[in-house]
Amino acid sequence: MHKSIDQINERIRDGTVRVVTAEEMPAIVAELGEEGALKEVDVVTTGTFGAMCSSGAFLNFGHAEPPIRMERIWLNNVEAYGGLAAVDTYIGATQQSDTLEEQYGGAHVIEDLVAGKSVELRASSRGTDCYPRRTINTDLLLENFNQAIMCNPRNAYQRYNAATNSTDRLLRTYMGVLLPHCGNVSFSGAGTLNPLSNDPKLRLIGSGVPIFLCGAQGMVIGEGTQHSPAGGYGTLMVTGNLKEMSQDYLRAATMSGYGVTLYVGLGIPLPVLDLDVVRATAVRDEDITVDVMDYGVPSRNRPALRKVTYAELRSGIVELNGEEVRSSSLSSFRKARQVAEELKHWIERGSMQLALPTRPIDAIKSAKPMHQSQKGPRVLDIMDRKVVSIGENEEIKTAAKKLLKGDTNHLPVINGDNVLVGIVTTFDVSKAVVNPGKAHLVKDIMKTKVITTTADEAVDIAVQKLEQHNISALPVVDSGHHVIAILTAMDLGKLFGGRWLK
Amino acid sequence: MKLLVNFSRKKGGKPIIAQVVRDTGVLINVERAVIDSSEGEALIDVPDDQCRLVSDSMISLGANVRILEHGITVNESECIDCGACISICPREVFSLDPAWKLQLAEEKCVLCGKCIEACPHQALALPL
Ligand code: SF4
Ligand code: SF4
Repeated sequence: MHKSIDQINERIRDGTVRVVTAEEMPAIVAELGEEGALKEVDVVTTGTFGAMCSSGAFLNFGHAEPPIRMERIWLNNVEAYGGLAAVDTYIGATQQSDTLEEQYGGAHVIEDLVAGKSVELRASSRGTDCYPRRTINTDLLLENFNQAIMCNPRNAYQRYNAATNSTDRLLRTYMGVLLPHCGNVSFSGAGTLNPLSNDPKLRLIGSGVPIFLCGAQGMVIGEGTQHSPAGGYGTLMVTGNLKEMSQDYLRAATMSGYGVTLYVGLGIPLPVLDLDVVRATAVRDEDITVDVMDYGVPSRNRPALRKVTYAELRSGIVELNGEEVRSSSLSSFRKARQVAEELKHWIERGSMQLALPTRPIDAIKSAKPMHQSQKGPRVLDIMDRKVVSIGENEEIKTAAKKLLKGDTNHLPVINGDNVLVGIVTTFDVSKAVVNPGKAHLVKDIMKTKVITTTADEAVDIAVQKLEQHNISALPVVDSGHHVIAILTAMDLGKLFGGRWLK
Repeated sequence: MKLLVNFSRKKGGKPIIAQVVRDTGVLINVERAVIDSSEGEALIDVPDDQCRLVSDSMISLGANVRILEHGITVNESECIDCGACISICPREVFSLDPAWKLQLAEEKCVLCGKCIEACPHQALALPL
């Protein structure tokens, strides 16, 4: 059996259409069988509500008198893109306010507009013969714009890896607050309700397909940026009219210590054309797997600790290294359900008809990492190879002499095998000299917890270590933990006049 | 009932909580305490009917006592029921009900404030 899109739209028009949500579908297929479900169900609605950083809106202001060609544009002190000529701009969700920083950003501007609040426009220009005006200030409501069109380059991730943190520091990431020592697991995504997870072969989702976007009837433009369906990480570029959106499905947010983002409610209705659609929409939380990544490793290639299903993540407890760790979501499953339900009502009421893609989206490609023609500076480019170290059994006096002679404040301490075992600073030595207690040897006063770097580590990572631990030098060690050099705040000055330091 | 007790620790001063336990015979549950060399703050839990007794006894020993009626508060119009706060709270104050709506066990809250920055929607605040 096979249903055509026209048959389904006919049923929507005459009010006999049977719509269920993607959450309800697995049980229906289990009860009626695949053939039965195909006969029974015409449309499956999906929904998701979560942080979608890659979002924003095109705004058209209309012309002022005298007219201005805006070059730099701020909305409530959040800078918007000024490269679209005269009176258009794009406000990106993650752009932060010049004054309130992460407390307010592009996402908040968009939410305020949707909520009916007024937003202050401030813009400047060089002034030209045709556009003489140089500055403008005005308060605007959403209704004052000619167009306010949400256009999100990367939304609706098919799934997203969960996050944990193996370090001994609390981390503030776009995956939320991650407690030290793998103290929690944070995840995002609607699992069984996710649009792309219900159409992984992208047979039904493609350009021109109608969608629910933040309460408005929107549309899929095509593949999203970073679209990587090969590994199950497809994304969509979507658009919709901001003027028809509702705050119920659009919320600004701040990931503490990371920045501003926009929570977007997005749902796609899937026409149940054949058995393949039935099978795809029967997907459950149990069937969708992601990796638990260690965000303690500051690299693109974060280690995956294990695979986990959305069912396990949503249970609130994930087992990691034999321990039960609490998991919690950044996206809202309750809101995702509301999106799918609302979309269901639209279709039952006949206010949305379905369409097949006018152009398909690639279902097998994978996103490439960045092509880097220039490698960023590494520690070996700037480290000081003339490192002076000291043996752990030497006297403190010797350390004092070495510190005085060399122009350094740090002495790495090594044992008989030349292996790094500690560090002493000018401060430690002076303290010991001023208060001569029982300590005589370097090993009595050294700090044994030494933060180190390696020669091929990126300078940015080394700088982060210095900042996080509030120290000013890092011994550079080889694989055998022998000290080969030292990196100090002074060495960083060699890079572009110290641009690397905050 | 939870009491927030502030006290200074002068040299030779007596351990105030231990003293109150001895004087009143009430078993005090210390839920959170920050104590340094000169002052201390402790959040203690005592049975409701003995709250006055403990509080008076603390005050007579020179402490400041505030009765805390509420735990963490959720701004319902900002909360989107994501649940990000759940895994952060050390006292398991938060949970999601079967409809995936956020639930609070306010009485378990020790007002440590850890959840506040973890909420992406700035929906959490300590009571005034
Ligand atoms: S983290 Fe904030 S928005 Fe999310 S459930 Fe908790 S209080 Fe609500
Ligand atoms: S203040 Fe502390 S104890 Fe209270 S809910 Fe927040 S994290 Fe839990």
